[in-house]
Amino acid sequence: MKSPALADFFARYPVRSPLVWLWHELRVGLVFCLIAAVFISTMFGDPFLGTLVYSLCIGMSIQFLIEAGRYGFSYRQRRRNLDAAAQSNWPGWAWMGPWSVAAALLGYYGGSAIADLLTGTQRTHNPSAGNLRALSLILMVSLAITLSAVYFFYSRGRLAAMQAMTEHAQRTAAEMQLKLLQSQLEPHMLFNTLANLRVLIGSDPARAQAMLDRLIAFLRAMLAASRSGSHALADEFERIGDYLSLMAVRMGPRLEVYLDLPAELRTQPVPPLLLQPLVENSIRHGLEPQVQGGRIEVAARREGDELVLTVRDTGVGLAATGAGGSRFGLQQVRDRLSTLFGPRATLTLELAADSKGGTLATIRLPTQEPAA
Amino acid sequence: MTAAITALIAEDEPLLLKGLRADLAIQWPELGIAAEVADGHNALTQALACKPDICFLDIRMPGMTGLEVAQALAEDWPETLPFPLLVFVTAYDQYALQAFEAQAVDYLVKPVEPRRLAACVERLKSRLAERKPGGPLPQTLEQLRAILGSAPPGDVPPRLEVIQAGVGNMVHMVPIDDVVYFEAADKYVRVVTAEREHLIRMSLRELQPQLDPQRFWQIHRGTVVRTRAIATALRDESGKVYLTLKDRPERLTASRLYAHLFKGM
Repeated sequence: MKSPALADFFARYPVRSPLVWLWHELRVGLVFCLIAAVFISTMFGDPFLGTLVYSLCIGMSIQFLIEAGRYGFSYRQRRRNLDAAAQSNWPGWAWMGPWSVAAALLGYYGGSAIADLLTGTQRTHNPSAGNLRALSLILMVSLAITLSAVYFFYSRGRLAAMQAMTEHAQRTAAEMQLKLLQSQLEPHMLFNTLANLRVLIGSDPARAQAMLDRLIAFLRAMLAASRSGSHALADEFERIGDYLSLMAVRMGPRLEVYLDLPAELRTQPVPPLLLQPLVENSIRHGLEPQVQGGRIEVAARREGDELVLTVRDTGVGLAATGAGGSRFGLQQVRDRLSTLFGPRATLTLELAADSKGGTLATIRLPTQEPAA
Repeated sequence: MTAAITALIAEDEPLLLKGLRADLAIQWPELGIAAEVADGHNALTQALACKPDICFLDIRMPGMTGLEVAQALAEDWPETLPFPLLVFVTAYDQYALQAFEAQAVDYLVKPVEPRRLAACVERLKSRLAERKPGGPLPQTLEQLRAILGSAPPGDVPPRLEVIQAGVGNMVHMVPIDDVVYFEAADKYVRVVTAEREHLIRMSLRELQPQLDPQRFWQIHRGTVVRTRAIATALRDESGKVYLTLKDRPERLTASRLYAHLFKGM
């Protein structure tokens, strides 16, 4: 089994060749080592190339230890709990601070030993051996470089994590918008309407024109409704009327439509096409599956300071539909209501109480006194 | 002299029905329209009554879908007559269309283009010439099986372990492994156990996804049987298979569409 830390590592550098990947990981460390070598060879007058070998061995050892610690600690944390910090492969300063110091010391002695081996130097001839001040200075330099390098990698990791989060959020938002538009502009409805238009153009051009006008008004409202805002309840009923008259052409005598909007409520503001998903559900899941068709009633009334909007059909009812495809539409209505009105608005769906059967959807929202 | 070729048109939207009839009259004037129906149930009964040579079936219809009508026709069509050629008509059913493409089944997309309809008419004419009597051909059955099996991806409902059958104020809890078979009865399903029967208020179509397909086999559009409750399967000349059960005296019939499930190993 591949370890998650390793998998994560490769996920971050997916298509690069190993050499490119190695360069990408090491380049910052290499620059630090080069600076340290220049600094020390100038300070102590040691030969530059020899110092560079030591500097590289020490620097690479320290980086190896730090990275190993970073992935090791995050892996351990991840196994214990799904902490957000562990997700970005950063175990936190509480772990990494002491570990950096330890890594600097271990890396210094380990790296020196490797460099001794490489250059064939005896331990006693170590350029800094007899000199305690020089030793502590070099240690301090390594430590400072180590901590700044750790900070650099820490910032880089955080930036990458934040970028990933932003991208994810953008993708989700785009998906939601697409889903919204798709749910509103149901292709089955659109193509069937166009097919009806095609027949009408040949047989009854005047009626075809009227149907086309309704379709245009409906499409325009669809596209406008994906933006926020509100319109008057009278406009809402107009648009619902457009949709239902398209459906009436398609379903013929099987569909009976009844709209009831009291005059005093005409100017009440409502979110555009709020009722559309409910009306569509009534048609699609209530009336269309029923051989004899039925009746749909859309009505508005005032109850105290509440505006009550109802969509009722005499269709096959809630149980028979299983509510499968309609859930997204209902969720969309609920989301819009809770964003705009919080707990003051509700949507309920129930079996209609009288003998005609079917489904009754009720929206309650606070009335607003329109600006004079 | 051969009898005139006839067709049935099943389409629930009146204008589209009229449109398809008018387009066919232009492209294929000799074609007789045996029946025009606006729902699935009528499509099935009229097709079985008129025995048309061709059926144009809208997919989304009230009552039964076009696919369900096709399934029922494949099961109930008499042996002695050639099975009608099926043309499915739809405005937009992604999964169905993919299945039709894959199975090379004739279909039309609404709005129907005249050129597309002309091609369809040509294909129908050439296929009518090579048709033979004897119910649906094995390849037709194969196509239908593949189409019916290609359900749109959706949420897989959890498997039922107990059937809760209500009678008045009482609910019988029937363990799923006590059920011998399920049988569709209008808007209900009959749940048959070794000792007794219950009625539940849901359709077989809704119930079936909640059953384990390894333990329960559909053997007919209206019957789903628990495989371990089957004792023997006997095939007759017409391709139907009769099942005897371990704990029930009655015999069940597996239709042509599902007979292939019962083969010796």
